[in-house]
Amino acid sequence: MNELALNKFKASDYKSSLKPVWCPGCGDYHVLLSITQALTKLQLKPENTAVISGIGCSSRIPAYTNSYGFHTIHGRGLAVATGVKVARPELTVIAAGGDGDGFSIGGNHFLHACRRNTDMTYIVMDNEVYGMTKGQPSPTTDPSWDSALSPGGTGLSPFHPLVIALASGANFIARTFSGDVKRTASIIADAIEHPGFSFVQILSPCVTFRPDQKVWKKQVHKAMVEETDDPARAARRLMSDDGFNTGILYRGIRKPYRFSCEDEKGDITEIQKQFEV
Amino acid sequence: MTSGEQNTSVSVAMVGSGGAGVMTSGNMMLEAATKAGLYGLMTRTVGPQIRGGEAAALLRLASHPVHCVNDTFDILVAVDWKGAERFAGEVPLGPDSLIVTDPATGDIPEILTASGARVVEVSIGELAASVEGGRANMVILGLVAALIGFDEEPINKIIAKKLGKKGDDAVKASREAVSAGYEAAAEIKSPVMVSPTQGDKKDRWLISGNQAAGFGALSGGIRFVAAYPITPATEVLEWMSPNLPKVGGTLVQAEDELASINMAIGASFGGRPSLTATSGPGLSLMMEGIGLAVSSETPVVIVNVMRGGPSTGVPTKSEQTDLNIAVYGLHGDAPHIVTAPTSVEDCIFTTQWSVHLAEAMQTAAIVLSDQFMGQASAIIDPPANISFMAQRLVEPDPQEGYLRYKVTADGVSPMTLPGTPGGQYTADGLEHNTKGLPSTLMEDHRDQMDKRDRKVAEFNYGNHWADIEGDENCETVVLTWGSTTNAVREGLERLSAEGIKCKLVAMRLLSPAVPEQFDQALDGAKRVLVVEQSHSGQFLKLLRANYDMPGEIRSFRRPGPLIIRPGEIIDTIKAWRDQ
Repeated sequence: MNELALNKFKASDYKSSLKPVWCPGCGDYHVLLSITQALTKLQLKPENTAVISGIGCSSRIPAYTNSYGFHTIHGRGLAVATGVKVARPELTVIAAGGDGDGFSIGGNHFLHACRRNTDMTYIVMDNEVYGMTKGQPSPTTDPSWDSALSPGGTGLSPFHPLVIALASGANFIARTFSGDVKRTASIIADAIEHPGFSFVQILSPCVTFRPDQKVWKKQVHKAMVEETDDPARAARRLMSDDGFNTGILYRGIRKPYRFSCEDEKGDITEIQKQFEV
Repeated sequence: MTSGEQNTSVSVAMVGSGGAGVMTSGNMMLEAATKAGLYGLMTRTVGPQIRGGEAAALLRLASHPVHCVNDTFDILVAVDWKGAERFAGEVPLGPDSLIVTDPATGDIPEILTASGARVVEVSIGELAASVEGGRANMVILGLVAALIGFDEEPINKIIAKKLGKKGDDAVKASREAVSAGYEAAAEIKSPVMVSPTQGDKKDRWLISGNQAAGFGALSGGIRFVAAYPITPATEVLEWMSPNLPKVGGTLVQAEDELASINMAIGASFGGRPSLTATSGPGLSLMMEGIGLAVSSETPVVIVNVMRGGPSTGVPTKSEQTDLNIAVYGLHGDAPHIVTAPTSVEDCIFTTQWSVHLAEAMQTAAIVLSDQFMGQASAIIDPPANISFMAQRLVEPDPQEGYLRYKVTADGVSPMTLPGTPGGQYTADGLEHNTKGLPSTLMEDHRDQMDKRDRKVAEFNYGNHWADIEGDENCETVVLTWGSTTNAVREGLERLSAEGIKCKLVAMRLLSPAVPEQFDQALDGAKRVLVVEQSHSGQFLKLLRANYDMPGEIRSFRRPGPLIIRPGEIIDTIKAWRDQ
């Protein structure tokens, strides 16, 4: 660390040269920018961070960073990220993906990652649609949103990721808007620094399949609340919000799960004695 | 086997409904035999019930190594007959066999008496009740120990060791119940004895196949395990959980098998040799993850302990029917390793070797164990040191222009681990170029497919691809795999003693194919018998798809749970030769 002058790393040091596949105007560009700014703020070495994702538009993000990355399979980013963190506790692990990836096909891992409270950050770029497959409703889509797959809408109540994260035991819960890069970067940095499982929902509009989301930038507003570590208070807050409240809505004090994964010790010949009668 | 004949082994079934404690009796008998320097094997057959179902401890003891169940049981002792008809078919008796039954517990299932076995009545329940705190399973332990020629003293020592922590009263009650069993046995003419004095008193190991797989994995360098419980693989995970921390490793219980395979892949990406263990339904769920390991070239080991399928199937009983999914279950062309241990003891070697293979080739290795050997306990000679270790080709000092998926002569590319400056790359299930960047280009897909295939197809597996036994110039070759190997091996040994020479080829490497070695092993064969525990002949089809087999080919197969026995192999080969 000594040779590193303060602010040695610039935001561009955390970005790869690969051009994203995202549509012009996609909110995910801003999320990428926010992540690189958060890492700049924390001055983490790029090689000591791992960005792990599932499948979907937003899950393309690892290759656009200059971290070690793993673009895994649909819904399994959190499971792979958990393995990375347990194996290498000294790394900063960021899992990232979309709403379909995280809340539908990966829903079970979401519940248990919150519950396990491993020290990592999970960023969901929520655009309430499956974009890569060209416009199907996701668990967070409004019940009346019309699509070819569900004409007239699904008629199903949207999933409330923040409430579920709280109920499942996540230790840090925040919502931001992709267009507010400065605040999003600051919240991501806080999420990374907070011990345990941090969940950040980023409202990230899909300009192609959800042009109606262009109004989001007018709808989002700062939560006019103090941060709380009281789950009951946070639950009331989350249950009654309008979905556009942004800010850190819960900052818990649960201890992260401790895995003991150490360097080589002990001797296998001691272990085999148990088979000798 | 009749009394007075030179006995090579003795087979005993202890039967009782769940909770009767026959497994405890069986384990104590096995431990006493280990102490005496005998060899032995104990398998179990249980119903689907968690508690209270039918159960049988199936023991075979001998002064030489035994790895399979014999053709018939010499002695069957029942605490009760509750539900016994459900597995009586798995305990074949003969006219020389002895059934010891308690008349108070009802009729012996007809399938057992039809064998013509001699029946002796002993009031086991009353004898147990005559001792304060006495239990029927200890009475039958005494009965069996006496019938096969064990002195009471070593049995008492095992009781003190096993029950000491329950207090003096428990030890006293068990000893008295065992004594009651000994006294009852004095009246009975035993059909078969294996005197503990036949044992050579050498140090032996008592180990189950599932423990052996865990031990092999640890010895090979596995330091991370993700676990989701499933019968009959759970003991692999339960053994590893307390033992991994002793060497700096850890186990995480996952929320499902989708998580366990992907956690293992994540940990391996982080640099730790990683493993998960499961059975058929779990393996089905893991398939997509295994494909990710293949594509991203992340080493991972999956120990799959096979049970009856399809679907939930027969969870507590053995079958060899996950071969197809293990070899062919991945979508796309996905070269990977499939291996199978050939005995309880070999679960150590094959798992350790598979760790080495997965790490050396940066791919997935599926180890196909099965319920029979996984849940069998065996008395074995301490295994020789196995040199195979996890040795991954790691790039510690990547230079400018480092290519994670560089096309190399042997197909293996040096891998950087997170934390290494300048080595950053994104592992991907998307097809990629040499740098790891997503690519749909024909050339990149072809080059990476060639590379992934080459590293597996051209690897030097040495002579470990199969256990080959018997004379070089045999016209009859028996091809088999997995735990079925042991019945074939014993059958061929007995045939050899009669002057009928055959060759055994028990394949440890199921995928990829090794045609050169195979051709050499089967050179000159006129009769090829393919033995497997599968209804559809999965192994036969694998062989036909991958190899040119010489001579006439026949298949001996059936689904689980009835284990294939040596006598069936002998009869099949004799009948074929006589044609």
